[in-house]
Amino acid sequence: MAALTIATGTGNWFSALALGVTLLKCLLIPTYHSTDFEVHRNWLAITHSLPISQWYYEATSEWTLDYPPFFAWFEYILSHVAKYFDQEMLNVHNLNYSSSRTLLFQRFSVIFMDVLFVYAVRECCKCIDGKKVGKELTEKPKFILSVLLLWNFGLLIVDHIHFQYNGFLFGLMLLSIARLFQKRHMEGAFLFAVLLHFKHIYLYVAPAYGVYLLRSYCFTANKPDGSIRWKSFSFVRVISLGLVVFLVSALSLGPFLALNQLPQVFSRLFPFKRGLCHAYWAPNFWALYNALDKVLSVIGLKLKFLDPNNIPKASMTSGLVQQFQHTVLPSVTPLATLICTLIAILPSIFCLWFKPQGPRGFLRCLTLCALSSFMFGWHVHEKAILLAILPMSLLSVGKAGDASIFLILTTTGHYSLFPLLFTAPEKKNLFLIGWKLSTCLAWGLWKSAVNLYSLSPPGR
Amino acid sequence: MEKWYLMTVVVLIGLTVRWTVSLNSYSGAGKPPMFGDYEAQRHWQEITFNLPVKQWAKFINPDWIALHTSRGYESQAHKLFMRTTVLIADLLIYIPAVVLYCCCLKEISTKKKIANALCILLYPGLILIDYGHFQYNSVSLGFALWGVLGISCDCDLLGSLAFCLAINYKQMELYHALPFFCFLLGKCFKKGLKGKGFVLLVKLACIVVASFVLCWLPFFTEREQTLQVLRRLFPVDRGLFEDKVANIWCSFNVFLKIKDILPRHIQLIMSFCSTFLSLLPACIKLILQPSSKGFKFTLVSCALSFFLFSFQVHEKSILLVSLPVCLVLSEIPFMSTWFLLVSTFSMLPLLLKDELLMPSVVTTMAFFIACVTSFSIFEKTSEEELQLKSFSISVRKYLPCFTFLSRIIQYLFLISVITMVLLTLMTVTLDPPQKLPDLFSVLVCFVSCLNFLFFLVYFNIIIMWDSKSGRNQKKIS
Repeated sequence: MAALTIATGTGNWFSALALGVTLLKCLLIPTYHSTDFEVHRNWLAITHSLPISQWYYEATSEWTLDYPPFFAWFEYILSHVAKYFDQEMLNVHNLNYSSSRTLLFQRFSVIFMDVLFVYAVRECCKCIDGKKVGKELTEKPKFILSVLLLWNFGLLIVDHIHFQYNGFLFGLMLLSIARLFQKRHMEGAFLFAVLLHFKHIYLYVAPAYGVYLLRSYCFTANKPDGSIRWKSFSFVRVISLGLVVFLVSALSLGPFLALNQLPQVFSRLFPFKRGLCHAYWAPNFWALYNALDKVLSVIGLKLKFLDPNNIPKASMTSGLVQQFQHTVLPSVTPLATLICTLIAILPSIFCLWFKPQGPRGFLRCLTLCALSSFMFGWHVHEKAILLAILPMSLLSVGKAGDASIFLILTTTGHYSLFPLLFTAPEKKNLFLIGWKLSTCLAWGLWKSAVNLYSLSPPGR
Repeated sequence: MEKWYLMTVVVLIGLTVRWTVSLNSYSGAGKPPMFGDYEAQRHWQEITFNLPVKQWAKFINPDWIALHTSRGYESQAHKLFMRTTVLIADLLIYIPAVVLYCCCLKEISTKKKIANALCILLYPGLILIDYGHFQYNSVSLGFALWGVLGISCDCDLLGSLAFCLAINYKQMELYHALPFFCFLLGKCFKKGLKGKGFVLLVKLACIVVASFVLCWLPFFTEREQTLQVLRRLFPVDRGLFEDKVANIWCSFNVFLKIKDILPRHIQLIMSFCSTFLSLLPACIKLILQPSSKGFKFTLVSCALSFFLFSFQVHEKSILLVSLPVCLVLSEIPFMSTWFLLVSTFSMLPLLLKDELLMPSVVTTMAFFIACVTSFSIFEKTSEEELQLKSFSISVRKYLPCFTFLSRIIQYLFLISVITMVLLTLMTVTLDPPQKLPDLFSVLVCFVSCLNFLFFLVYFNIIIMWDSKSGRNQKKIS
């Protein structure tokens, strides 16, 4: 019987958690899926049936390829498995094709790729200091962190209901963070470079990586007071880092450079024509800005300050993705959003450069970069809040102050994902139950953190 | 961590699993003209709504229950309504009973109580039938559980009331009626028939009669109507068994077509006698030595006897046995988990017909993992843990070499699980041969029946060999 226990691997709580959430994901297979499902089916079709030169030009479907080349290669590999499930899904002209086998294949591919995420969570748990803990399993930081990451409610509904492949991408990011914690900087840098070429949204946090690696890896030693020791600059390290990034980019963009398609690729990757806000507004600064503009224009119309003929016809709240002009407040350009973002991340970058606090400081800076880019970025999706929630989970098991902030962040962040579950109330019921679950978990985390770390002052 | 907080998380997990299963197909989806249980429930709503009492449901879409015209009505909104009613009934009746039961368990730690609640709430059989196939079993089982709770905590009157409600909701609960009767009678005897015992007896009789009268009052107007109700409730005309079910008669039928050979009244007598013969020892012991533990185990063995030998049993009736087994999960985790897995497996043909393969597999695995992690069941297979110590000591008086009981049971478990997995794979992937189209269903029923017979013997052994000295030696886990 002992052999059976080891074979099922269920004596270990981590395996139980991972298996449990995988089973829950299987139960979510028949739930609602968004147009993202068709997006990925289309990309499977494009990468399978067309040559590389056509990938970034194909426009039969409105869901054109707008992820970097590594993701395209990933879809290509998937398509070779897909053909055993249903050959029809790989036809570019089969728009909105969603047979039961297609659904099964796509859902299982997401669940399968989450293996990388599970591995990354395991590596992150190793980086957590679990010395000052109680005997209860539910009070151990490793357990809490595993629950917060593996059972992350936002990731569940975005990946397994709405349908996307964020699981393994976040796995890559968490893995690179874990490697930086373990002082394996080259691996961390390599993993992040690879990640960038899978999904370029991670550019949001690239400044944190860049500054941290430059400051704490390329300068091998600090002065006693913690400030920079210029003489310890290591050319070898800088060059090896640069080489890693260059090689990864060459592998990714090389073929398209050879085909002279780089401008086209970049125009697909950075579609500035899509407008300041997404169809469903992400709850960021520009949403407030738009709302203020709307309110002022209504007031202006009522008080006859504005001429109704001058109001542009395109409405921001129409749910369409397009560019528009603001009526009262100045219109916002992509450059303006970039400047705002840069101003927002400047304080944390400064701290990372002038007062590095090791990997923990890096993680804090990364979270702040993610949040700042979410608040001030151009055409931000509400799903991007996960970019801040997941790294913050790692911080929250360290200090009571972080845990309090995390509680607010995770509750509001997951609540803001509500519009993603767009259909019938039955799905909203599931959302509410799951949201209560995640809130309970986060609250429990905060409570236990307060108990454990009541000696350290909250917030620094 | 506080108990209530973890218990909330457990309940929310249970609700999440239930809701995700409900997103699947239901019995008879898109299959006119008979449809299935879903249509049956809707039809009953149609009847009860349109005949007398009309006032209450103004907020419900009248199209769903318009008399005659709504036959076979299927729409997304209606499905949502039906599923929601099951969830609300569950939330109001069954789940609080489970939570309260686990909190009232004695001699186990808080963590184990919460783990117990999790395992009970994750039991796949009830979830799949109520939220997948579509029924309202959680109401009757919930009421029965309130009854058990009441009686175990010495609130005999409230417990009896709850159980009467359960019976009047679904007549299948009569499977549990005998143990209730015997336990309460035993309690009365213990208190002395000339004093407090007699008073208790009278009070209980009044409660039972009053609740039955209240429920049946509208139908007592005419004798013919009452008889008609009884005929509908106990359809003896339908025969010894219907479809494929994991009981003795169906398995016997494989070798000897008793359904066709014997006349109807002989079948009735045969099933009546065998049922009562198999449950008599346990019930008599319960009257003579009433105890909470004996009560629970007698519930199991009685319901199992009824399931195996009774007339016109449906495969869903195994749920009536599963509920008491869930209650003894903390005492014999290994055997209970095994039984609950077999009970879910025995309903496989029904679940496959409703296209619930994926939820079945997933919930069964989740339940298995939950039990293994919470109770470490594979470490609790010694004779002491299986409560077979007194039995094996008695046997060893005649057969000194009888020391390998626990190892036999472990091997039987392995064989059982492997057979179940193989049969599931075969049923799903292979087509049955032309001459024997029901081959796999019959095999599933036959294997389940063998398992159930083994459990019947096992539970009866525990009841008969349970003694006061045995209880004193029980370890606190």
